[in-house]
Amino acid sequence: MTFAAAAGATPANDLLTVTDGVLGLAWLIPVVPLAGFVLVLVAQRWLAARAAYLGIGAAAVAFVLSVAVAWQVIATPATYLRPLPRWIDVGGLTVGFDLLIDQLTVVMLLVVTGVGLLVHLYSVGYMLGDSRFARFFAYLNLFLTSMLVLVLGSNLLTLFLGWELVGLSSYLLIGFWFEKRAYATAAKKAFITNRIGDVAFMVAMFLAFATLGTLDIVAIVAAAPTLTSGVAFTLVLLLLGGAAAKSAQIPLYVWLPDAMAGPTPVSALIHAATMVTAGVYLTVRLSPVLVASVDAMTIIAWIGAATALLAALIAMRQDDIKKVLAYSTVSQLGYMFIGVGVGAFREGIFHLVTHAFFKGLLFLAAGSVMHALANETDLWRMGGLRKVMPITFATSTVAWLAISGVPPFAGFFSKDQILTEAYLHGYGGVYLVGLLGAVITAFYMTRWYVMVFLGPARHREGIHPHESPSSMTVPLVVLGVLSAIGGLVLNPVHSGPLYRFLAPISGDISGLGYTPVGPLGEAQLIPISIVAVSIGIAIAWLLYARRDLSGGRLVDPVRGPVAELMERRFLVDEVYEAVLVTFGTRVARALTWVDRRIVDGAVMGSGAASMATGRLARRAQTGMVRTYATVMIVAVALLLAAAVALTSDALAGLVR
Amino acid sequence: MGPITLTVVTPLVGALLLALAPRSRDRDVKAVGLVVSLATFASSLWLLASFDRAEPDLQLAESFAWIPSIGSRIAFAVDGVSLVLILLTTLLVPIVLVASWSSVKDRLVGYTAAFLALEAAVIGVFATTDLLLFYVLFEFTLIPMYLIIGIWGGAGRRAAAVKFFLYTLAGGLLMLVGILYLHAQTGTFDYVAIRDAVVSGRLVLTGTQQAWVFAAFLVAFAVKVPLFPVHTWLPDAHTEAPTGGSVFLAGVLLKMGTFGLLRYAMPLLPDATLRYAPWLIGVSVVGVLYGAIVALMQSDVKRLVAYSSVSHMGFVVLGTFALNDVATTAAVVQMVNHGLSTGALFLLIGFLYERRHTRRIADFGGLAKQVPIMAGLWLLVSMSSLALPGLNGFVGEFPILLGTFATNRTAAVLAAFGAVLAALYLLWAYQRIFHGPLETDANRGTTDLTGREIAIMTPLLVLIVGIGLYPGPLFDLVGPSVDRVLAEVAAVAGGVR
Repeated sequence: MTFAAAAGATPANDLLTVTDGVLGLAWLIPVVPLAGFVLVLVAQRWLAARAAYLGIGAAAVAFVLSVAVAWQVIATPATYLRPLPRWIDVGGLTVGFDLLIDQLTVVMLLVVTGVGLLVHLYSVGYMLGDSRFARFFAYLNLFLTSMLVLVLGSNLLTLFLGWELVGLSSYLLIGFWFEKRAYATAAKKAFITNRIGDVAFMVAMFLAFATLGTLDIVAIVAAAPTLTSGVAFTLVLLLLGGAAAKSAQIPLYVWLPDAMAGPTPVSALIHAATMVTAGVYLTVRLSPVLVASVDAMTIIAWIGAATALLAALIAMRQDDIKKVLAYSTVSQLGYMFIGVGVGAFREGIFHLVTHAFFKGLLFLAAGSVMHALANETDLWRMGGLRKVMPITFATSTVAWLAISGVPPFAGFFSKDQILTEAYLHGYGGVYLVGLLGAVITAFYMTRWYVMVFLGPARHREGIHPHESPSSMTVPLVVLGVLSAIGGLVLNPVHSGPLYRFLAPISGDISGLGYTPVGPLGEAQLIPISIVAVSIGIAIAWLLYARRDLSGGRLVDPVRGPVAELMERRFLVDEVYEAVLVTFGTRVARALTWVDRRIVDGAVMGSGAASMATGRLARRAQTGMVRTYATVMIVAVALLLAAAVALTSDALAGLVR
Repeated sequence: MGPITLTVVTPLVGALLLALAPRSRDRDVKAVGLVVSLATFASSLWLLASFDRAEPDLQLAESFAWIPSIGSRIAFAVDGVSLVLILLTTLLVPIVLVASWSSVKDRLVGYTAAFLALEAAVIGVFATTDLLLFYVLFEFTLIPMYLIIGIWGGAGRRAAAVKFFLYTLAGGLLMLVGILYLHAQTGTFDYVAIRDAVVSGRLVLTGTQQAWVFAAFLVAFAVKVPLFPVHTWLPDAHTEAPTGGSVFLAGVLLKMGTFGLLRYAMPLLPDATLRYAPWLIGVSVVGVLYGAIVALMQSDVKRLVAYSSVSHMGFVVLGTFALNDVATTAAVVQMVNHGLSTGALFLLIGFLYERRHTRRIADFGGLAKQVPIMAGLWLLVSMSSLALPGLNGFVGEFPILLGTFATNRTAAVLAAFGAVLAALYLLWAYQRIFHGPLETDANRGTTDLTGREIAIMTPLLVLIVGIGLYPGPLFDLVGPSVDRVLAEVAAVAGGVR
């Protein structure tokens, strides 16, 4: 079963304008959580814990509406345009709040509102007792609104509106416990790193507008074939710059691990399941533009592969329950970028969906564990939770198998299809790196799983671990079921239901001249993957499950200088710090000196004027009344002189 | 009396009333100031209601004899550009006056009178169509502002006031020379007459002539904007000015510079405008980045915002000289946006200063826990200033850059990095003031915004969000007038997009 069978017939969507029915009401999907945000924020004192009902209610309405919209689009596939009022209209730049609803929108809507609703529920238990409980739900609602604007916008600029607002929500939620300096710094780092990507995104829009005269997504996609290869190449790389920041790819991934400072439900929803996939969404949304430059796509594939491998290596030696998952997220996003880069757009979205299930679950499980262990995050202080937290344990087992790529769990199908496509499309190197990354993924996730749940308990004394309340375990179970069967149901084979459903929105790769790396087909590649994953799991199992881990990180069996480097994240943060921050500070300091000593001095007239200023100022200090009088007199005299001089015909004559 | 004259005269009458009763009780002064400034605002709304949006040229003209021997008249008329700037002025004055109720303890009557006189002069600057009157009013604004800084300012107020005065006066004198030269060539101070002579080809200035007059105007306006490298008076003036002075300076007075460029330098000197536009674009980009980088290093929060103004006004000049409908229209919109955002930021700084009597960023920390409302509003205003989409700054800044890209790709890309730097210095300041632990007792005792302060902020916040999501009316108001200016430049000089 290869892509070739399905690629021939790429059905195009009809473009339909809708104003009534469920699709006509689709604008409520982002607006209802927005209302939730505003209401909770304004009335947070009065609402107190009741804010949760409002927040959850808003998320639930958004989810139900999304399901209804999905139903409609599945029943009658088309690209629907819901016209809404204008936003910006100046010169040739016309941007409306119009919504674009097609198959890709529907997938994103369901993931965002579905996982979003579960995380809202989970937060009731997790955030209970926090002094800013109500505000947390306000921010979650703001995030939902922003993310929904991002996936519903029919124009790059409205997409960008959501893109920036998710950045704001992310800033607010990473820095939710802003009393801790490190957390506040992490929030700022996330925002600023993303801003760097935003410059690229903005320039991409400038270029698109200068070339095509529009920022309307449907129009850009339609006009994509007319782009010259040079413009297409630049445009795609600029979009990649934006996507790499939001989706934490090399070289802009450094903010995501720090973002774990936010409360764990935030990590699950924003920094794993939804927001960080926005870059993947953007590139797939514009995949018809991407296919205009196969060179740029190759760069995307290699960025993805390098990120997948680097982050996986770092994850091998992290000791923080959330940091492992954070680097894992960076790595898994790398796989999605591989998918986009090798022309497997739909497989990339497929992995986005399954990743939302199992990584959302892993984070929520981590939160459940931290909840049980008095906010312990050190893996070496865990273990032995299998019996005391049966639901967290069982669901984590599913998620572990899913992310590791064990059949028939969800991650197996999606990751394997990306790797297969890389091979079949001729990207041998990318395929091998991805395969190696899969081995390492299986390794570090097994290590994580063993250290958290198995063996004897290693937590501090005085802590009595317990299973979390049902508001937290219900979302775990739901995501557990999805992680178990999601892959099998959605797209068990390459041309499965999801693949066919997304066909109309996927860029046409038939003209790219892909040829397979070698003679292997899916029938051979799948067993290779399974063997690779088994190796990763087996090594980790041998190293960690059968060893006494009570000695702490000193007994970590992965040792040596390379392990040291992995633990220190290959010193990337340090290098950035040295190069950008230190150098930047020097430049800023130098310019500030120049501003004071040179610019100010020179303009004041090489000292003469400043001396005059000094004299005048000194004289002015002799008394308030005199200052007042002097200025008034000077000013009035000046005005009178001007008026008189101009009135006199003599001067008028002189000037003439 | 038409709506323009009424809008100019109302605050002037208020100022004279207060000047005649220098011993009034503060309560009465507050009442008079508020009533007069609100009446002026109402009058400007009448002006808005009388304004014909379909007419791109100057309209609602009114004219009175002034200096007949040389033909200078008190002549007023507005187009969309001057109208929105007048509205911004009349909106800010009541806000500034009420904000000063608690901060100005001394000689409130003089302060209020100075502000009302200043308001009248600024509205006159935006509304007059007589070049000589424009010059006189442009310079006259210096006097009340000089007094506001020099009397009600901070410790270093006198030096700052003198620097402010000399700097801008020097710039203005050159402009006077330029205006007299134009008068010598045409025999009139009537802006419309001179402009029409230029457009119709009755008045042809050579390249050299245009260059000199352009330079004369440019110096005056560049100092006022202020454009790099003639910006160094601004940080001093802002730091020493009282809150109200800073709000008004950033909110309105700087716009006299960008307004002057658009109203006078461009249509009267189209060839010079075209020839020097690339240079001005270059200087603007330098200003955008330079102002932002220097802002990063400031330890005084007012100085930080002052340098951010240098950066943001760089965007405005950039858009103005990009000379295309998208960028130049957005530049005018951004004048308003900068007034709202920076005005709001200076108000918040003032509220914080009244509580803590310091503006040193290092003295704060952890205040978000103590003053959540102030923190929330500060963040919102910062987001507006760093051009977050959905708030007002973005709907100005993005089209400026998009339009500039069509004219000058390098400039647009470089200036776009101003967005990163703005996030850096604004979030750095926000973090240092509001995040982290509450460590000092002084910070622990800080109280949150009062009802009055929230009320003062409300109109600005409503506009920040309102313009961010629904900027249509603002663009519609200024668009036709800007298009007309661009068309005039293009018609005479040719070849403009």
